[in-house]
Amino acid sequence: MAERERRFTVPHVGGTFRSRCQVMNGEDVGRAIRRMTHEVIERNHGTSDLVVVGLQTGGVPIACRMVEALAEIDGFSSPAGSLDVALHRDDIGLRPVLPQAETRIPENLDRKVVVLVDDVLFTGRTARAALDALHTWGRPAAVQLAVMVDRGHRELPIRADYVGRSLPTNLDEMVDVRPDGVHIGGMA
Amino acid sequence: MNGGHKPRRHLLSITDLDAADIERICNLTESFAEVSRRRIPRVPALRGKTVVWLFYEDSTRTRLSFEAAAKQLSADTVNFSVGSSSVNKGESLRDTVETIEAMGIDAIVVRHSCAGVPHRVADWIDASVINAGDGCHEHPTQALLDLYTARARLGDLHGARVAIVGDVAHSRVARSDVLAFTAMGAEVTLVGPRPLLPASLEGWPVTVSHDLDSVLGEIDVCYLLRMQLEREAGGHVPSLREFRAEYGLDAARADRLRDGALIMHPGPINRGVEIDGDVVERPNVVITEQVANGVAVRMAVLFLLLGSGMDLTESEKMAA
Amino acid sequence: MTPRLAAVPRSGSVAIRGGTVVDSNGSRRADVLVGDGRIIAVDAADDASDVTADRVLDASGCLVAPGLVDLHVHLRQPGREDAETIETGARGAALGGFTAVVAMPNTTPTIDCAAVVREVQDLSDGACCDVYPSAAITLGRRGEELAPMAEMARLGVRMFTDDGAGVQSSRVMRRALEYASGLDHLAGGAAVVLAQHCEVEELSEGGCMHEGEWSSRLGLGGQPAEAEELMVMRDIALARLTGSRVHFQHLSTAGSVAMVRAAKQAGLPVTAEATTHHFTLTDSCCADYDTVFKVHPPLRTEADVAAIRAGLSDGTIDAIATDHAPHTSADKEKPFDSAPPGMLGLETALALALTELDLPAEQILALMSWRPAAIAGIDDRHGRPVAPGEPANLCVIDPAAEWTVSGEDMASPSRNTPYEGRRLKGRVRHTLLDAAPVVIDGEAQR
Repeated sequence: MAERERRFTVPHVGGTFRSRCQVMNGEDVGRAIRRMTHEVIERNHGTSDLVVVGLQTGGVPIACRMVEALAEIDGFSSPAGSLDVALHRDDIGLRPVLPQAETRIPENLDRKVVVLVDDVLFTGRTARAALDALHTWGRPAAVQLAVMVDRGHRELPIRADYVGRSLPTNLDEMVDVRPDGVHIGGMA
Repeated sequence: MNGGHKPRRHLLSITDLDAADIERICNLTESFAEVSRRRIPRVPALRGKTVVWLFYEDSTRTRLSFEAAAKQLSADTVNFSVGSSSVNKGESLRDTVETIEAMGIDAIVVRHSCAGVPHRVADWIDASVINAGDGCHEHPTQALLDLYTARARLGDLHGARVAIVGDVAHSRVARSDVLAFTAMGAEVTLVGPRPLLPASLEGWPVTVSHDLDSVLGEIDVCYLLRMQLEREAGGHVPSLREFRAEYGLDAARADRLRDGALIMHPGPINRGVEIDGDVVERPNVVITEQVANGVAVRMAVLFLLLGSGMDLTESEKMAA
Repeated sequence: MTPRLAAVPRSGSVAIRGGTVVDSNGSRRADVLVGDGRIIAVDAADDASDVTADRVLDASGCLVAPGLVDLHVHLRQPGREDAETIETGARGAALGGFTAVVAMPNTTPTIDCAAVVREVQDLSDGACCDVYPSAAITLGRRGEELAPMAEMARLGVRMFTDDGAGVQSSRVMRRALEYASGLDHLAGGAAVVLAQHCEVEELSEGGCMHEGEWSSRLGLGGQPAEAEELMVMRDIALARLTGSRVHFQHLSTAGSVAMVRAAKQAGLPVTAEATTHHFTLTDSCCADYDTVFKVHPPLRTEADVAAIRAGLSDGTIDAIATDHAPHTSADKEKPFDSAPPGMLGLETALALALTELDLPAEQILALMSWRPAAIAGIDDRHGRPVAPGEPANLCVIDPAAEWTVSGEDMASPSRNTPYEGRRLKGRVRHTLLDAAPVVIDGEAQR
C-alpha cells in the first residue's frame, strides 16, 4: 500500500503505485526495525512503562514487528497499540477524510513512554495529529517517534527519534513501505 | 464519479440510504464508539462547525444525545428549541430557518410534531438538515442506533426476525425501523391492534399480526414501541389495561422469547404498559445499550455530513 | 336572416374574426360582431374581409364560445386581501376565459348576511368578470343556525354553501333544504340551490391528506374517502326526503361519483362539480411534503381520478370548477398539517381540461360554461348560445397554443399553483364581458 498521506490527497482517483527504484530490500527493513528497537531500549533504559503504538495503517505492521523484537530482546510483553488519526487531522473539511481502521490504545497513558511508529515521515501532519490524539488517553511522560523512512519536506517542527532510513525525495514522488522492501515511485 | 449519484447532504429519511450506506454508517459508528470510550472522549473533527438544535417539540433525550455527539466532535452547538416559546406561533417556518441560517451555521437538527418539516427545511437552506423526528413519519438516527445495537448483539441481521409491537401508526421510530431492518435483510412483523396500525400497509415489506403470543417464540428482536398514553383517550384502544393484557411484555411473555432474543425500546418506557418493570432488568434487554450507542451513531452521522468532506453515500468511495 | 357584418358598422363594436363558434347548439365557422353589451351578428361568411368594426380581434384557428362559468372560487375579499382580491381574482378569471365566477362565502367576515353580500357586490363593480357571491347556509358557517337566506336571496344570491366545511348536522341540513326550496321567487325566478362540501368531520379530523398508502408512508394524518362519501350519501337521502336540489361541490372519490350517478338515475334533483386538480393530480404528489398539494378535499388515488374523469365524460358530473384558493407564500410555508388547503386554478383550468381530458371541445365547454351557468342560476347572462341579441359574454380559445404554467405570471398575488412549470395545450386568447374585451391576446385590459 502506498503511503497514507498521498492516499488521502488523491481520493476518488484510481491508479496504482508504480515503483521507479527499490531503495531497501526486505532484509534491510528487518535490520532497520531491529536497530531501532535497540535504540528504543537503550534510550529508555529498558522497556518498563513503554507503549508502542502504530499509526494506521502503514505504521501498524512495523509496530508489531518492533514489539516482537522488544519481546525477544528485553522480554517486553504488551501488544502493539494502533491509532487512526483521521479524526484529529488538520485538513478535515479540506479533503475527504474517514476513519477506516481500528484504534486500540491501553486505557491510561499517564506516565507512560509512548513510541509512535509510522512507515513514512513526510510533512509531519500525521505525527501532529497523532500527538493531538494521544492526549485523549491521558498525559504520557514522553512521546517518541519511530519511522521507517524519513523523506524530508517537513511542514511542521517535528522530527523522528528513530529513523530506519533518511531518504531525500522530490515532492512529487511517493514512497511505498512494505515488509519486503521500500520503493520510490509514482502513481500510474 | 459513479453515474446517477445523488448527493445527500441531509439525513431526512432512511429511504435516503441503501443497505451499503447503512452498513458504512454502522462501521463508522465503531470508530466513534471507540472515541466515546476514551478517557477524554473528544476529537477535534468538527472544530469550527456550528450545529443548531431546532426542536419544535420537547425531547430531552434525543437532544442530549445529539448534544453529546456534537460535543465529542468539538462542534459548537446552539439551541433554538422553540417547543414552548412564542416563535412557534407567529413566525413562518421558513422565516425561522432562514434567520437561523443567516447566523452562519453548518447543520440544523430538526424535530417537529408535523411530518415532513425537515424535508421542507432542506429545500429552503444550504446547511445540512438532520431529521431528529418528524411527526409520525421518521426518526432515522433512532433506527440507525437500533440497527447498530442489534447488529452488535446478533451479528448479521440477514434473515433475522423482528417484531415491532404496539402503536405503529403514530410511531416515527416504527417507520424508520421497518425501513432500516428490512434494508439489512431482516423480516419485520408489525404487532398491534388494528387502530394502532397504519391505515394502509401498501408497499410496506412487513407482515402483520394481532397476536403477540403467537410471534414471541419465533423472533430475534422484540421491539416495543412507546405507547402514547393519550391513545387511550383517543379511543384507539379500550383501555391501557386491556392494551397491556394483549400487547404488554410481562415476565411470562418474556420467558417465551428464544434464548438470545433481544428486547428493545426507544425509550422512555412506560413501565407496566408496554413492558413490565421486572422484565426491564433482564440481560437481553438492551435499552441502555441503545442509548449509549445513540451518541456514537449520531457522531457518525454528524461527521459524515459535516466533517468527512463527503455526503452520506459518497463514503463508499473511501471505503473501497 | 342574419345581416352581413359589413352592414352594421357601429360605435364601440368589436368583430371577432376567423374563428369557429362553439355553443350548446354545436359548432360552426363564423365571425361574431358585438357591441352595446350584446351580440349583434353572427356571420358564417367564409370571406371575412368585409367585416367592419371599431376593433377587430383575430380568432383564426380559435374557438369562439360563451364565457366560462366557475361555480367555485375563493376570492378572499373581504378579509385576506394579501392573498387575493375580487379585482385580482376576476382578472385571473378573465385570463382563464371565465366571464362569471361564484365566490365562496368563507371570507372574513363570512358572507352570511345582506350587508356582506352587498359589500362583495359593490367590490365586484367594474371587475374583469361577473362575480356572484354565494352565501353561507348557516351563520358563520358554524353549522348551527340558518343564515338569513331570504334576505340574501333578495339581493340575488342563488347558491348557498358552507364551503370549507360541510353542514354536519343532518337536522340542520334538512331544514336548510326545506327552507331554500321556498326562496326561488326571491331570486328572480332562478332556482336557489344548496351546495355542499361533503365531509364528515368526525372521520376527517386530524387529517391533512387522503388516507391511504401515501398518508401511511408519509406519516401524515389521513382523511378517508368515506368521510366525503358518507355525507354524499346522507345528502342524497335528504334530497329525496325534501325534494330540494343539492349540488355536490368538488367530488373527489370514486364512491361519490357512483352514488351521484345512481341518484341521478333515480331522478333525484342532484348536480355535481369536480375540480381540475381532482382529475389531474393524485395523493402521491404530497410525497415531498410540498404544501402546494394540500387541498380540501384532498388529492385522491389514481382510481379516484379515473372515476372523476368517467363521471365528467358520462355526465354524472355536471361541471368543472376550479376551487381556486389563493394562499400567501407565508401561509403555505407552514408545516403540512397546519398550512391552509387550496390551490390556484382559474388560469389553468381550461388548458388542463383540454390537455388532460379526452373529450371533444364542445363537451368541455358544456362542463365549463352552460351547464354550470344553469346550476348557478345565471344562465340568463352566461353560457348562452352565440346568437344575435344574446349577452356578449364570450371567450376566444386557441386550442393549439402551448404554454408553460408560471405562478409568477398569474394575476393573483398568490403563487400556489400546483402546475408550476407544466406544459399545457390550449390557451385563452380573448375574453369579452358585455361586449367589452377584458382580455386581448392573453393580456388583461382592466
